[in-house]
Amino acid sequence: MGGKLITLIVIVLGVIAIAQLVRVYELTSKLRNRGEHDITERDNNLNGKMMFGFMLAMYAFFFYLMATFGWTGRGEAASNIGKETDWLLDLNFIIIIAVFFLTNTLLFYFSYKYVRKPGVKALYFPHNNKLEMIWTIVPACVLAVIIILGLKKWNDATGDAKKEAIRVELFSKQFDWTARYSGKDNQLGRFDYKLTTDNNELALLTAETIDSAIASMENGPNGIKTLESKLNDAKLMMIPEDREKMETDLSRKQRMIRLLYQMKERHDNKSDKAVWDDVIQKDTLFLCVNKEYEFNFRAKDVIHSAFFPHFRAQMNTVPGMVTRFKFTPDITTKDMRERMNNPKFNYVLMCNKICGGAHYKMKMIVVVLEETQYKSWMASKKSFKDSYFAAAAAAAAPATMPADSTAVAKDSVSVAMN
Amino acid sequence: MAAVAHDTHGHHDAHGHHDHGHHEESFVSKYIFSEDHKMIGKQFLVTAVFMGIVAMLLSILFRIQLAWPGESSNFLSFFLGETWAPGGVLKEDMYLGLVTIHGTIMVFFLLTGGLSGTFSNILIPLQLGARDMASGFLNMLSYWFFCLSSIIMFVSLFVETGPAMAGWTVYPPLSALPQSISGNGLGMTLWLFSMAIFIAGSLIGSLNYIVTVLNLRTTGMTMTRMPLTIWAFFVTAILGVLSFPVLLSAALLLIMDRLAGTSFYLSDIIVGGEMLTNHGGSPILFQHLFWFLGHPEVYIVLLPALGLSSEIIATNARKPIFGYRAMIGSILAIGFLSFIVWGHHMFITGMNPFLGSVFVFTTLLIAIPSAVKVFNYITTLWKGSLVLTPAMLFAIGLVSTFITGGVTGIILADSALDIAIHDTYFVVAHFHIVMGMSAVFGMFGGVYHWFPKMYGRMMNTRLGYAHFWITIVGAYGVFFPMHFVGLAGAPRRYYDYSVYNEFDTNSYDMIMDLNVIVTVFAIIAALGQSLFLFNFFYSIYRGPKAPQNPWKSNTLEWTTPVEHVHGNWPGEIPTVYRWPYDYSKPGAEEDYIPQNVPLAEGEEEH
Repeated sequence: MGGKLITLIVIVLGVIAIAQLVRVYELTSKLRNRGEHDITERDNNLNGKMMFGFMLAMYAFFFYLMATFGWTGRGEAASNIGKETDWLLDLNFIIIIAVFFLTNTLLFYFSYKYVRKPGVKALYFPHNNKLEMIWTIVPACVLAVIIILGLKKWNDATGDAKKEAIRVELFSKQFDWTARYSGKDNQLGRFDYKLTTDNNELALLTAETIDSAIASMENGPNGIKTLESKLNDAKLMMIPEDREKMETDLSRKQRMIRLLYQMKERHDNKSDKAVWDDVIQKDTLFLCVNKEYEFNFRAKDVIHSAFFPHFRAQMNTVPGMVTRFKFTPDITTKDMRERMNNPKFNYVLMCNKICGGAHYKMKMIVVVLEETQYKSWMASKKSFKDSYFAAAAAAAAPATMPADSTAVAKDSVSVAMN
Repeated sequence: MAAVAHDTHGHHDAHGHHDHGHHEESFVSKYIFSEDHKMIGKQFLVTAVFMGIVAMLLSILFRIQLAWPGESSNFLSFFLGETWAPGGVLKEDMYLGLVTIHGTIMVFFLLTGGLSGTFSNILIPLQLGARDMASGFLNMLSYWFFCLSSIIMFVSLFVETGPAMAGWTVYPPLSALPQSISGNGLGMTLWLFSMAIFIAGSLIGSLNYIVTVLNLRTTGMTMTRMPLTIWAFFVTAILGVLSFPVLLSAALLLIMDRLAGTSFYLSDIIVGGEMLTNHGGSPILFQHLFWFLGHPEVYIVLLPALGLSSEIIATNARKPIFGYRAMIGSILAIGFLSFIVWGHHMFITGMNPFLGSVFVFTTLLIAIPSAVKVFNYITTLWKGSLVLTPAMLFAIGLVSTFITGGVTGIILADSALDIAIHDTYFVVAHFHIVMGMSAVFGMFGGVYHWFPKMYGRMMNTRLGYAHFWITIVGAYGVFFPMHFVGLAGAPRRYYDYSVYNEFDTNSYDMIMDLNVIVTVFAIIAALGQSLFLFNFFYSIYRGPKAPQNPWKSNTLEWTTPVEHVHGNWPGEIPTVYRWPYDYSKPGAEEDYIPQNVPLAEGEEEH
């Protein structure tokens, strides 16, 4: 409290001090018969010199930052498209830094050089077509070069991936990433968000996952049956808001279940194969050096952005649609650590679109391996089929789902009766 | 007809002024519900200054967190209390809230409402030789809509669940789903309603500016004799009228998605464990609608600043603005192009890459009229006789930041390069310099230059100098290093860059060092603004009386008396005989010839 009071007093005294100084300054101006609009030669020249001085200081600061931090902030590009990006970026930087120096120098130098001098009148120079043509046409030509090079590179970067490119899906949600490798057939299986269950977080589409989604929506802990029995239970006391919430939840689930039954009717088992051999991977994304990857991006809740700063790659992930991006990593993590002289360095996949409070923590470490290492790692991974049925069996062992939900129902009944 | 009607009205009021105690001069009608454009302009200015202080303070709060993450700060706990800064450490959600409201206020309330609202109102009638705006009543409404929306936005900071937190661009689904972040409840609703009201006010104002410019020019004031300020305000108003309704539609659809259960922007979403039934909407649609306003908005902010600086530079260089017609042409070209470049904000949203290439082309075209403007400013200084008033310093500073921020735009407009730096601090640095700093410099320049016209008194020059030097050093000190943070790959809107420590200690050290530099400069620059605030409010009441034409300027506002009269000119409206840039014309006695001076015998118009 005392601290705040002292701060306040200091501020008030400061304002009064400035006001007094300004007052004194105004009185002396008055004595000299000079208004605020008359800029003295001394002030004018001083500010002219400061303009020039500021320019030098600004350039010095720029060079200091370049020398200390520079473009190397994230190391050299570690992918094929990244190398081209860096080349083009360097070229563009040379152009714009030249323009930056040229125009700023003219601006500040003229502000210093042509400060008012007694007896020197300004030159009446309203226009000059030749000059204006020059600074319309020259920038246009430079821009033409920039546009052509840029678009060529853009077309390469966004074109279709090669047929043999490895397909990997990156699934984003608040606040983590999950990868799904396409498995032996190099084909990512289909999905539908309605199939999301604890055992099928990526909502992959097979006959079995449809059945289990239907089962959990009907008989799960918060399934339709439980909700209905709670809502129809005359003895169960509920706050009106809770009841209303439960009713909306129920009507939503009733709509969903119809869609799930439709899906079941239309489902063709042939596409299941592509799903079962997929490999789901959390925490770390392993990539093989010098292999092209085509990433398919999905989002579960809000927009995220898959940003690989070291590979110079980025693409938003959008709920309701699949976006794609391709690149070929060409430096292994091991090599990069040596080049960066940093044994703890890792590539990373970050989220780069505001997605909620923990946005800044949403990342996945990326490791680029030699082909042999990559293959042996891949061989150690379980396919979706294996992990799915293993988890289902584990869940079935202690207590089956329907039994669970009746237990819950019984509980609430007994609570109501007490 | 309107012009005639206004003439009589004006005479009537001028008459009333001499009588004293005329009923229209009551306190309420003079200072609060005033229909006088000069008073409305001042109302806009003071409101915007208040909002600007708030937004600047918010930026200092989150800059402290960025430079010293996780360290307890008395400053934070003083302003945010235990709810949002427990133990003096900012909460994650509130960090995003501060960032969001800082951006919203700065872009819309300070630089759109404040800049264009203030100076369009004060200068359009005065520089055109009109008694007032075409509709004084609508003009008053436009201010009160602006004021109401400012109040709502300000109040949203004090909502228990926090203000809007989805970034100033409020992309759905994040902004549409109350479950996704705490500020998405009442805070986001207030944000949307505030913006809807703001847009209504801005539309009314813009329509008024357009009609006034087209209909109420005095005799002889042809379009090609208008000062560049008026050209800039005119094109700005047209941009506003064409683009703001699109933002309103985007906001209305978002309000419906939030409150009425529609699915314009939502499809296949599971959030907070709830599976939503919305299907078929597209979040990308919102981005298209938002940026269809969002990009012209950049020029709505920038053009008035460029217009003001054209006038300030010509006056204080004692030289005609170089290439007057080219300047008008580039304003029109920038205005037109600004409508067909919005997609450059969306290169990596999953938009069709071919569409991206079209936007690369149109975006880079804007560099041509911008380059023309810069070279014309520089040539105006060449062989001038510069009087470095504080306003002139700010105008030159504007040209510098316009260049420095503009060139990095070339990199960002190139979709192939944008992939690597999209949404990093490089973007933040770019738009703060080119749009934020340039517009703020233009606004400060405008205030220093036209203060005598607004308040009949002079601001203190020395304090003005100190203010300028602190501000420009602060501006470059903050935003130069920020480019390097971005090149290091640091994403924007991150609460804490310590996460870099987990995978790249080199980048971590670099980002942390730079963030401290940035924050220190930001605090210096913010403290420097207190000089301006003091100077501004002190001079309103105690500043020395202003002469009629302090800067020896040519435009018509300086032919009005220092004491304001309703209707601007006590007698006849002046007639215009020449363009506004006859400075240092050979053969003339003085180094300026006001627009209302007839051509001398044998004198040629420029």
